[in-house]
Amino acid sequence: MKKDIILSGVGGQGILSIATVIGKAALKKGLYMKQAEVHGMSQRGGDVQSNLRISDKPIASDLIATGKCDLIISLEPMESLRYLPYLNKEGWLVTNSTPFINIDNYPSEETLKKELDKVPHKVVINVDDMAKEAGSARIANIVLLGATIPFLGIDYETVKQSVREIFERKGEAIVEMNLKALAAGKEIADKHVQ
Amino acid sequence: MSKKLLLGDEAIAQAALDAGLSGVYAYPGTPSTEITEYIQGAPITAEKKIHSRWCTNEKTAMEAALGMSFVGKRALVCMKHVGMNVAADCFVNSAMTGANGGIIVVAADDPSMHSSQNEQDSRFYGDFAMIPFFEPCNQQEAYDMVYQGFEFSEKIGEPILLRIVTRLAHSRSGVEGKTQKPQNEISFSKDPRQFVLLPAIARQHNRELIAKENEFLKASEESPFNKYIDGPNKQMGIIACGIGFNYLMESYPEGCEYPMLKIGQYPLPKKQLTKLVEECESILVIEDGQPFVEKQLKGYLALGITVKGRLDGTLPRDGELNPDSVARALGRENKQEFSASPIVEVRPPALCQGCGHRDMYTVLTEILKTEYPLHKVFSDIGCYTLGAGAPFYAINSCVDMGASITMAKGAADGGFFPSVAVIGDSTFTHSGMTGLLDCVNSNANVTIIISDNETTAMTGGQDSAGTGKIEAICAGIGVDKAHIRVVVPLKKNYEEMAQILREEIEYKGVSVIIPRRDCIQTLARKKKQQAKS
Repeated sequence: MKKDIILSGVGGQGILSIATVIGKAALKKGLYMKQAEVHGMSQRGGDVQSNLRISDKPIASDLIATGKCDLIISLEPMESLRYLPYLNKEGWLVTNSTPFINIDNYPSEETLKKELDKVPHKVVINVDDMAKEAGSARIANIVLLGATIPFLGIDYETVKQSVREIFERKGEAIVEMNLKALAAGKEIADKHVQ
Repeated sequence: MSKKLLLGDEAIAQAALDAGLSGVYAYPGTPSTEITEYIQGAPITAEKKIHSRWCTNEKTAMEAALGMSFVGKRALVCMKHVGMNVAADCFVNSAMTGANGGIIVVAADDPSMHSSQNEQDSRFYGDFAMIPFFEPCNQQEAYDMVYQGFEFSEKIGEPILLRIVTRLAHSRSGVEGKTQKPQNEISFSKDPRQFVLLPAIARQHNRELIAKENEFLKASEESPFNKYIDGPNKQMGIIACGIGFNYLMESYPEGCEYPMLKIGQYPLPKKQLTKLVEECESILVIEDGQPFVEKQLKGYLALGITVKGRLDGTLPRDGELNPDSVARALGRENKQEFSASPIVEVRPPALCQGCGHRDMYTVLTEILKTEYPLHKVFSDIGCYTLGAGAPFYAINSCVDMGASITMAKGAADGGFFPSVAVIGDSTFTHSGMTGLLDCVNSNANVTIIISDNETTAMTGGQDSAGTGKIEAICAGIGVDKAHIRVVVPLKKNYEEMAQILREEIEYKGVSVIIPRRDCIQTLARKKKQQAKS
């Protein structure tokens, strides 16, 4: 088993919280893991990414090679496209559809949609709206995580358990809300796969 | 013991704590900051009274660590690569005094300059100071090198240097810890003049240090961090240093056909290196950072063995290595399936919405552009360096910590007006205060803006050494109190800010303007912590 995952977004969106859940789930499964993060200057509203590698064999490089990435998970649509050269032929792109516009030359909605349409295996969903429906805008990244379940290589139960453990100290209501967000994301992705 | 998922920085911190650390000394700097933060947050730090408060700069950090070593205890010094330039006076001389308690200096290099001004490779500093240095390829090695490093430092009686790169510092993987050791008791060197570097003593120490070269070399040849891995194809031998080894292995998941020498400890192991060179027709050097090993091996005139690497273009001459550049160098190029999307735009970092620096720059640029079109603004290292970009395009320089004040002075000395400096509070206490004294002593016609957000913001909101003391420091250095002006950078105060600026630019002498408002990120974090407790 090997999953090379690129997480992307804009500094401050919270891509690392997604990585934390996946990482915990990977450790539960006794898998090897490496996760390269971005700290420092680019966190200030710039593009950020994290390379997350999971495998049942020891992992050499902290970074994913061109054409070898299995899954791009992005909290921002234009940012999801930034890493296309890394995606492998059968790889999936799972992204939030809501743009984060903090530059003047951000592409138009139509151009963005056209580019995303070119990617053969993808799930594009408005996780912000879904998160609000599930109870809070702050759990958008968990909705997105849910939408990656069919492609993660780690079973749903283990991911659920990780979410539970990470949010446990915040109380049962928060745990339930996050699990609901996770389920909502998964449901959409399941439909895409079918 | 079970494995913990740790950043490279955290693995270093954990190892130091496990090895009986008595104090960590550091100034925040990407990618080294998390080492000290991890130690500050560890329960054992409070319990065992381990020193972990931030230092004012890297030089004070290095010196305090040497003092701790003087009394026989173990000290860790952490900094980003350019911090080595600040600490260098003490660092190089600490090799001359030698260590009593173990000292490990961690230099976190930033190839590709993700958050830096240059790509300098700290291995040159290790070589320069003539001490052993280490370069881990993963988080576990980083842990092991530090855990064993203190004992090694005490055994050889010298500080040692650990050189890491961003990709290791900020990458997480499983790390297995070792048993907790107690801290050293206070003890002193048998030689009461060990730390007295008078020329006559220093000359003696220098000869002693040179005499240790063989010991260092032997340690390196016997080190578990240097591994010779044989292969059947002798057309090429590969030297892979530190993290470079990972990219090499990534290219050969089923094993490499060429003999390989993995380097983790320096000076370079002569025995293994000789074997590789004798057996192979050519050598490829894979090292992250500058071509340190390659240059030595090749020689200036390149008359000897065939060496490939960054100097001949086999690998890129600059920037950090990655699995693609190394695969290409090995003739195993990774295949791209999807082309880069043409609609993806650059998204540079920017000052946060609501940041006080924004208000400061809004007024500053307005006044300067309309009333002083010939102005120049000398700036410094910190969040406010982002004033270089849209929408402000406000600054004309960013060189090193503190250079805003002294460059503004130099320009003013040359007859230029108006010469304005913009510096942050933490950078000011790091290296701006001495420059301010120069300004005062020559009554330079400069306007210095200390944009005070009461934190070290860019690195994540660490304590700033000058919080609550900035006006007193400036007055103490000799700035006329009438020309130390404090203002709250908010939209409602724009008129007041503009008026102060005009007055102080017009004042023929040293003036300091302090726009002061909490960093919104640090404030949010503080509020979150308060809510928790």
